Amino acid sequence: MKIYKLITNMLVAVAFIAFAAVAVAKEPIKIGFSMALTGGLAGGGKQALVAIEMWRDDINSKGGILGRPVKLVYYDDQTKSSNVPGIYAKLLDVDKVDFVVSGYGTNLIAPAMPLVKNRDLVFMGLFGMSNNEKWKHDKYFQIMPSGPDPAVDFSRAWFDTIMQLNPKPKTIAFVAADAEFARNLKEGAVKNAKRLGMKIVYNKNFKPGTPDFTPIIRAINATKPDVVYVACYPPGSAGMTRAVSEVGTKAVAFGGGMVGLQFAGIMKGLGPKLNGILNYDFYVPEPNMNLYPGVKGLLKRYKKIAPSRKVDPLGYYLAPWAYAYVQILGDAINAVGKIDHAAIAKYIHKTEFTTVVGKVKFGTSGEWAYPRTLTVQWQNIKKQADLQQFTQPGIRKIMNPAAFATGKVKPFNSLR
Amino acid sequence: MFSLELFLNALVIGILLGGFYAALSIGLSISFGLLDIVNIAHPAFIILGAFVCFMFNSAFGFDPILVGVAFTPIFFILGNLIYRIYYTSFEKTGATALRGLAFFFGVMFILEVALSMFFGVDYQMVRAPYIDYKLEFGVVDIPFRMFVPFLVALIMTLGLQYFSSKTFFGRAMQAVAQDSFALRLMAIDPAKIKRIAFGISLATCSVAGALFAIIMPIEPSIGRLYIGQVFAIVVLGGLGSQNGTLIAAMLLGLVESIITTFFGPSWAPAVAFSALILVLAFKPTGILGRAGDTRG
Repeated sequence: MKIYKLITNMLVAVAFIAFAAVAVAKEPIKIGFSMALTGGLAGGGKQALVAIEMWRDDINSKGGILGRPVKLVYYDDQTKSSNVPGIYAKLLDVDKVDFVVSGYGTNLIAPAMPLVKNRDLVFMGLFGMSNNEKWKHDKYFQIMPSGPDPAVDFSRAWFDTIMQLNPKPKTIAFVAADAEFARNLKEGAVKNAKRLGMKIVYNKNFKPGTPDFTPIIRAINATKPDVVYVACYPPGSAGMTRAVSEVGTKAVAFGGGMVGLQFAGIMKGLGPKLNGILNYDFYVPEPNMNLYPGVKGLLKRYKKIAPSRKVDPLGYYLAPWAYAYVQILGDAINAVGKIDHAAIAKYIHKTEFTTVVGKVKFGTSGEWAYPRTLTVQWQNIKKQADLQQFTQPGIRKIMNPAAFATGKVKPFNSLR
Repeated sequence: MFSLELFLNALVIGILLGGFYAALSIGLSISFGLLDIVNIAHPAFIILGAFVCFMFNSAFGFDPILVGVAFTPIFFILGNLIYRIYYTSFEKTGATALRGLAFFFGVMFILEVALSMFFGVDYQMVRAPYIDYKLEFGVVDIPFRMFVPFLVALIMTLGLQYFSSKTFFGRAMQAVAQDSFALRLMAIDPAKIKRIAFGISLATCSVAGALFAIIMPIEPSIGRLYIGQVFAIVVLGGLGSQNGTLIAAMLLGLVESIITTFFGPSWAPAVAFSALILVLAFKPTGILGRAGDTRG
């Protein structure tokens, strides 16, 4: 009788140990990040969060990472860079996350860099401009397809495009919002203009929150530039577009680094005023964008979720890229087979990933090995307040890079 | 680069811009200037007004300014309610300074989060037939997008000035700012006057919100960019003076426009705020502030 009891107890003990082992094995892999869910960049931040959650659901439905489910741990940074270091310290020391990825945007990536460098962690960046230039962190990887020299490469395609105009433009005016991302963009664009031997006739910054841009457009017009390069955030982009519609310009190209023209609310509000603007973009509903495998399906699913989450209803600007930066991390961890930051970073450096934004290969600095920022020109917009038209091809035709091109650049005023 | 055409256009846009700044600041000149309530949430209430206009504009096509005017009574009631809370929790106990400021910080955050939850965080724009048109007088252009808000702001500011100088409640508002104890001796409840005045101050946010939405895209937290500007205008104008606020707003608009045109936009805020310091150095009570006003 005693032997039976002993055997029963032993079986119970073994079962308990086995159960505990399974429970440990199934403990989730935690990925932590800060995200702008309120404040000026919340439009992008919330869009990114929806895409990251879609990836989490996708990967978990396939068995997770290393056989463990993925759990996201995130906090709202309120678009304040001062909140970021504290959030990442909490994620690593209190929440004990296995990996951290960045929030959205240059200004909110920068404050996390010292900590991730100090802890020697793999750090995926979401739309940062030259964040690793100072830190040279060998485990930093950034998903925006700016190229190895981000500030310069970002506008390279735009300058290549304007050089297709006949006659070639010789003079240029620069105007940018007085904020880090826009200033970096402008500095890179200035280098491109100098490379092409263009004469700079106007080069100024304006404060964020400027309500009216007609004095700026008039001052630019007085310098008679052939082209105007604008680098600014959504309120500035909308203001500049309205101002150039009211005042007019003789420049043959206008745009470049106008953030926000890709957002549904602004596209809808500006409508035909966008015609002719030559700007950067990352994804547009043009036929040649089928080179991005799975992106159409992703955006179709995103559009169903967007209304209930009150985020950008189209999701073209950020959703595919937010999905891709965690997709790469997940693929790399699975490929390495263990949580080893050094090995994972090494794997990411040497691998060309196939993602929802196509093939992605990182260079030594953690930026894309080659630039793939699109230059698009707004054309054929007939109506205001009609969002549906922006889901059709032919509205934002791709001018550059050549592999994606769906149209040829036309002088600004010929499309007005 | 100087030309008469540039100068005239800069002048016109500066005046129009000043009108817009006056609309943003006029309510604060009552709450901060007259009632001594540091309502740091004032721009957030303007954005609330802007989103109300956006909601009715996008759903029914209503004119934003009409919506703004129609909602002034609602904002007035809201102002009354907020002042009741503020009065009971802070003013009555004499804890108005730092705790009152914290209260309005809290109100600002609550408003922003509520707007984010209800409208989302994307930038939104309103539509109105006049937004795309402009008047041309020779070399001078007057965009309706700026002119209509200027007219509305002017009417609102002058109306408020008339109200505060010619009506019983208006005079009582002035009196409560000068000597609320004397008001009590005349059997008038200063708290009631202040409640009504605060309601009026918030009612202006409804109209100012409509003007804001006409001029630029809105998102729940965009009001933060204007906190410094509206307080600066009220101080520059002279605490409690609506006419002073209008003049200060015009001055700021003109300086910004002219500096932007001829010296570059990055100089505009520096020069505008230098003008503020200069005026306050020579006249610490602001442009039309009273000499005996110790709050200046």
